[in-house]
Amino acid sequence: MFENLSERLGGVFDRLTKQGALSEDDVRTALREVRVALLEADVSLPVARNFIKAVEKKATGAAVTKSITPGQQVVKIVHDELIAVLAGEDEDPGKLRIDNPPAPILMVGLQGGGKTTTTAKLAKRLKERDGKKVLMASLDVNRPAAMEQLEILGKQIGVDTLPIVKGEDPVAIAKRAKTQASLGGYDVYMLDTAGRLSIDEELMAQVAAVRDVAKPRETLLVVDGLTGQDAVHTAENFDNRIGISGVVLTRMDGDGRGGAALSMRAITGKPIKFVGLGEKMDALETFEPERVAGRILGM
Amino acid sequence: EIRRTLDDDMLEQLEELLIASDMGVDTALRVTANIAEGRFGKKLSVREIKELLAQEIARIMEPVARPLPLYPTKPQVVLVVGVNGSGKTTTIGKLASQFRAAGKKVVIAAGDTFRAAAVEQLQVWGERAGVPVMTAAQGSDPASLAFDAMTRAQAEGADLLMIDTAGRLQNRADLMEELAKIVRVIRKKDPNAPHNTLLVLDATTGQNALNQVEIFRKLADVSGLVMTKLDGTAKGGVLVALADKFGLPIHAIGVGEQIDDLAPFDPEEFAAALTGLDAG
Ligand SMILES: Nc1nc2c(ncn2[C@@H]2O[C@H](COP(=O)(O)OP(=O)(O)OP(=O)(O)O)[C@@H](O)[C@H]2O)c(=O)[nH]1
Ligand SMILES: Nc1nc2c(ncn2[C@@H]2O[C@H](COP(=O)(O)OP(=O)(O)OP(=O)(O)O)[C@@H](O)[C@H]2O)c(=O)[nH]1
Ligand SMILES: [K+]
Ligand SMILES: [Mg+2]
Ligand SMILES: [Mg+2]
Repeated sequence: MFENLSERLGGVFDRLTKQGALSEDDVRTALREVRVALLEADVSLPVARNFIKAVEKKATGAAVTKSITPGQQVVKIVHDELIAVLAGEDEDPGKLRIDNPPAPILMVGLQGGGKTTTTAKLAKRLKERDGKKVLMASLDVNRPAAMEQLEILGKQIGVDTLPIVKGEDPVAIAKRAKTQASLGGYDVYMLDTAGRLSIDEELMAQVAAVRDVAKPRETLLVVDGLTGQDAVHTAENFDNRIGISGVVLTRMDGDGRGGAALSMRAITGKPIKFVGLGEKMDALETFEPERVAGRILGM
Repeated sequence: EIRRTLDDDMLEQLEELLIASDMGVDTALRVTANIAEGRFGKKLSVREIKELLAQEIARIMEPVARPLPLYPTKPQVVLVVGVNGSGKTTTIGKLASQFRAAGKKVVIAAGDTFRAAAVEQLQVWGERAGVPVMTAAQGSDPASLAFDAMTRAQAEGADLLMIDTAGRLQNRADLMEELAKIVRVIRKKDPNAPHNTLLVLDATTGQNALNQVEIFRKLADVSGLVMTKLDGTAKGGVLVALADKFGLPIHAIGVGEQIDDLAPFDPEEFAAALTGLDAG
């Protein structure tokens, strides 16, 4: 359904200057196509706009050597810039701040994004790769059987969950998790929260209250990798209101183009730490900018 | 009121407004071109322009705004499908409640035998709606549950049988085949069933919704759409592209997590929200 960028640029570039340097006009013509490619890949409009501006500066005047076409040159500049933005300054995106046991990790996001599943996947990873003793607690008092869902996953992966006490509010559950994590000698405790809309003031205030009690070392925003233009609102609102330390993109096993990755990174400035690649408990990988960049460009 | 000339700049701004709603570049271009026809160079107020846009969108959406059709067949089988987390289970709860309120006898089958606590979740919805939920053990074959549910719904003379399914991404051939198998098994009991196959789409989804509809329609005979989570900041503009391309009816929209948060799809309201006309 989507043409990839090279094909898209192929036709345009037949008409471009063939030697020397990329002219301002060449670049502008090419970047019109790049813009469409980014939007079709679900990059949020304001993010696409800024990205194009940055690339325009870099590409104008760039030398076109004999061995490559002007089209290939632009694709290369776009690709490199995408990787640079996606990677940011992070050396090791999979590293979590979990010193000072028990270290709290808060999981937040919209409804159905994959928080509960990701909580369990991460707990499994911390246990198996890092030898950490992990406690998981569900603060989701809204969704039917949300607590049972986390409890079942905990049993599947051999990670403890905080016993379910019906009628407790999320802040009380967070306090109990903290106590239990300290007394029980846990290295990490993970707080899975209910899904919430970023404009739901009541629920956003609730999760802010949880944050104030738990003082999380990491607050991870879990986002559906298939997200479209709404990525900009989600990223802005959650980061402004709660303050996030990183992003997890789920459903990257789908055939979505993953433009939300660029939007999230550009708007929050926070690293994308992991990607979810399936429903199974081991389907979690650290974020690789090169892979996602290629995917956004359809290459 | 300030009037502005409908020129290239203005058209680009309008395109961007639509693109930001997830309409996609092609459809946004087409919609703006349509309203510009015969008006290029004219002076219009912002409100007039938004009204024109909204009218054009409502015009495209009018033919697909259709409630779930009810048939005299007993049981009418409604199969609910979609990618993970889109809102299938919740939508079944809401629909079951509406049908019950309309005096229908409803049975639900908890066909998601995969996800942790999917059954427990649907059982809560069944209680809320006052509708029995048929379940099977986690990990068991959903097709055989669907067969048993058909048998029970027929024996009990239920008006409607709603079948929940596990979330699946459309590029997973194995899971799509599992869905096709559920359909085959249902058809052994009634060759015309499922009478409705609803694809549940999440409003926050971008252009991938086009792939979702294309593949689910091909492999699971989708007969209609429901879009959830329109109570958020997502506008669901991709529905316009979908209407254009596939013409599938949109039966309802999800506007919250409570049992009554399911509304008919209203093209004019949708267009107003999408263009920002509702914000004044
Ligand atoms: N294919 C795929 N499915 C996923 C992935 N992550 C989560 N899921 C599925 O997405 C659905 C929703 O996941 P949950 O973990 O329940 O999402 P949530 O954010 O906790 O949902 P709420 O608590 O209702 O807000 C489930 O069907 C999961 O199995 C992923 O990376 N890939
Ligand atoms: N705000 C809002 N949330 C919704 C709406 N519909 C569903 N949800 C929420 O979205 C999340 C996922 O809903 P489910 O019904 O579990 O989705 P599903 O498609 O059955 O998910 P899987 O079975 O895991 O694939 C839950 O937290 C629901 O409460 C809606 O219209 N608006
Ligand atoms: K909305
Ligand atoms: Mg959850
Ligand atoms: Mg479900």
